[in-house]
Amino acid sequence: MKKNELNNIRIGDEIPSLTLKPISRSMLALYASASGDHNPIHIDIDFAKKNGLSDIIAHGMLVMSFLAQAITNIFPQNSIKKFDAKFIAVTNINDILTCEGKIIDIEFKDSLKRLFLKLLVIDESGEKKLSGSATIELIINEK
Amino acid sequence: MLDRSLIGKTYPEILFSVEKQRLKFFAKATQQSDPIYFDEDFAKKNGHPSILAPPTFITTIVYEQEKPYQYLEDLGIPIGSILHARQEYTNYESIYAGDELRMESKIGEIYEKKDGMLEFISFISNYKNQKNELVAESVSTLVLRNYEKK
Repeated sequence: MKKNELNNIRIGDEIPSLTLKPISRSMLALYASASGDHNPIHIDIDFAKKNGLSDIIAHGMLVMSFLAQAITNIFPQNSIKKFDAKFIAVTNINDILTCEGKIIDIEFKDSLKRLFLKLLVIDESGEKKLSGSATIELIINEK
Repeated sequence: MLDRSLIGKTYPEILFSVEKQRLKFFAKATQQSDPIYFDEDFAKKNGHPSILAPPTFITTIVYEQEKPYQYLEDLGIPIGSILHARQEYTNYESIYAGDELRMESKIGEIYEKKDGMLEFISFISNYKNQKNELVAESVSTLVLRNYEKK
């Protein structure tokens, strides 16, 4: 699937997957500053340990931001009408995340083509970190 | 156990100016490759009025308060015991650098699973811009881990 082929999308098509660099401590520190989410569970290992974790964990919203990019790499952002994510497992330092998406349904309404995407973020061992869905509305410009 | 009478509790409105630098920093932190998220000239050449805020950006607004985790204290929730369980967005209008947003929030649902080991609380928010257009709605669900601490 490519950006210039949006008119030909069919059920079962997959969006190109997006694989990120391994999660690092500096990535989490940077996201904490940029988002304002300074919850110490993401930046302070002592605090994380006190709360029953073995190390700091990634912000769920950072992982969801990566997933959003897998969508916007293909679809114009203003076509994303709904976007949701369920955080299944925590993302740890050094995890290599891959974001995936598949078209599971398509409906037509007036001049709109509405796509339903099933989304997933997995790590290098295949563990599911996040599952989600999105609804994309494209204006049909040719029949 | 969380007090169920909190369902429907509303929070004071938060005003938020969408600043160019902030969007650029956010784009860097989330490793954006598309320049519409950090290069104003590029964004303008591609039909946008300015830098575009990416899909999850509005979730940073809640942290703009002086004490962003005060709401957890008010609910008696220790910050180390919560995790983000679910996040949902419904989008209506694009958000750009220069926009002035207003966020309103309330507690949506409180429920438990696994015999109370896990408690869930959801916050429903809506975001309006300077033209008073509803730009987005979101639901953030947190999970509170109630098991014994070591």
